[in-house]
Amino acid sequence: MYSEKVMEHFNEPHNQRKMEDPDGIGKVGNALCGDVMWLYVKIDENKSGEEIIKDVSWETFGCTAAIATSSMITDLAKGATIEEALEISNQKVAEELDGLPKVKMHCSNLASDGLVEAIYDYLDSSGGEIPEELEKRHKQIRQHMEKVEEEYGDYVEMEEQMHGAD
Amino acid sequence: MKETIYMDNAATTPVAESVVKKMSEFFRDKYGNPSSLYSPASTAKKEGLDWSREKIAELLGVDAGEIVFTSGATESDNLAIKGVALKLEEPGHFITSEIEHHAVLHSFEWLEDQGHEVTYLDVDENGLVKPDDLREALRDDTALVSIMYANNEIGTIEPIGELARITRENGTLFHTDAVQAFGKFPLELENVDMLSASGHKIYGPKGIGLLYCRSGVKLEPLIHGGGHESGLRSGTENVPGIVGLAKATELTFEEMGREQERQRQLRDRIIDEVSRIPDTVLNGPREGRLANNINFSFQGIEGESIVMKLDNKNIAASTGSACSSPSLEPSHVLLAIDLPMTMAHGSLRLTLGRQTSEADVDYLLDVLPGVIEDLRRASPLSN
Repeated sequence: MYSEKVMEHFNEPHNQRKMEDPDGIGKVGNALCGDVMWLYVKIDENKSGEEIIKDVSWETFGCTAAIATSSMITDLAKGATIEEALEISNQKVAEELDGLPKVKMHCSNLASDGLVEAIYDYLDSSGGEIPEELEKRHKQIRQHMEKVEEEYGDYVEMEEQMHGAD
Repeated sequence: MKETIYMDNAATTPVAESVVKKMSEFFRDKYGNPSSLYSPASTAKKEGLDWSREKIAELLGVDAGEIVFTSGATESDNLAIKGVALKLEEPGHFITSEIEHHAVLHSFEWLEDQGHEVTYLDVDENGLVKPDDLREALRDDTALVSIMYANNEIGTIEPIGELARITRENGTLFHTDAVQAFGKFPLELENVDMLSASGHKIYGPKGIGLLYCRSGVKLEPLIHGGGHESGLRSGTENVPGIVGLAKATELTFEEMGREQERQRQLRDRIIDEVSRIPDTVLNGPREGRLANNINFSFQGIEGESIVMKLDNKNIAASTGSACSSPSLEPSHVLLAIDLPMTMAHGSLRLTLGRQTSEADVDYLLDVLPGVIEDLRRASPLSN
């Protein structure tokens, strides 16, 4: 079902750790759907004064695809300028992994969204200028997450009631 | 390379050597069509079809004429449920449970599309159907009650004797999908009118199953043709498959007592040990569950990744996680026992078999805690 590349990243994931004192965190996905990804970035400047992703790491709750994509995006993003990092699409991550099963393409392929959100968080909290395109993607990602929460609203309510009953 | 430790016997089982041997006779030498008149055909009929039907009937304590061979339990379930409905002159009422196999659930959903009414009984936190709920749901126009004998995911053994008795008292037919129970422990069939069973769950071949159908129960066939299987299931009989099913039934009934005790001990060892992992819950009851079934949920991690990590260690297991199903919804059984959605995503099912050894269990218990720890270390949802 999964490519060898996916299994390599799943079995020996890269940059899997919680980051102390990150410059930005991107939290995407939803536990109710079975995938949650937290992506951490540390930003620095390169010799030409451009901001780059100096370090990137992640924590993920999810299936094989979710874990492998988390691992892969850190390989792609590390050392990239912010501009380059924002160019990495979910599609690109999947391609670098020699493809993902079709059913996993939209639900577990969150890594690029996580990176976008982490960069947004960095720029937002450091008072940096947020490009129009990034603002747009940020809104899309949030909207999608809200939609999922609405869809699973019944379950959220049910779980809250159950936890309340404990 | 380490050999696979197969712990997914509720999904399917390896075909026993004695079954393969018996079947091969009916591929090679006794290949005749049981309906033909010449002697090789009568061998296929007598030594194949008749022997099989009589053997199974004897082990179940029923009449040979009450056994209908089908292509598997999915077909048996369809035949029992739709076969009753199609005999009705006007739309009727049916009762089943929320935790049935999809072969049953989707058949009932189809009946609803056809204008029938279906009541889906809730289960308690252990997956048990409550007899009082059944009493309340039964009506004068209830045509059929179908409740599984034992649940394939969480191993709950339903009180079939009692449920069937209550149903009989109402003058209603009772069917049970006994796929996971057949060959595992003695069945209470006194008030059961129909029962589905499958070959490949009991070390027999795939593509063969049976419906026990008490004499006098009227079913409309779903497959029409030459009138085989008393007109209930046309098509030249799958003689090697049928012989394989009968041989596998003989084998499992013979080994039943000691094998279930042996597996129960292995199961309990796994349950006791795995329960020590923090933030872990056993799904299904501690007692009154299939001797070979173990089902846990682990907080903060996802089931498909547990299965894939175990696969990397050559252990074959399964999960009720959404990520393992094409529908992307977690198991309806885990949701029916009111497991929180996030825990339903983190389930692991291990089902033992006659080939499972003490050493296999040692290895599993050696490997599993590390797998859980690894995945939890990578998860933002665990401490």
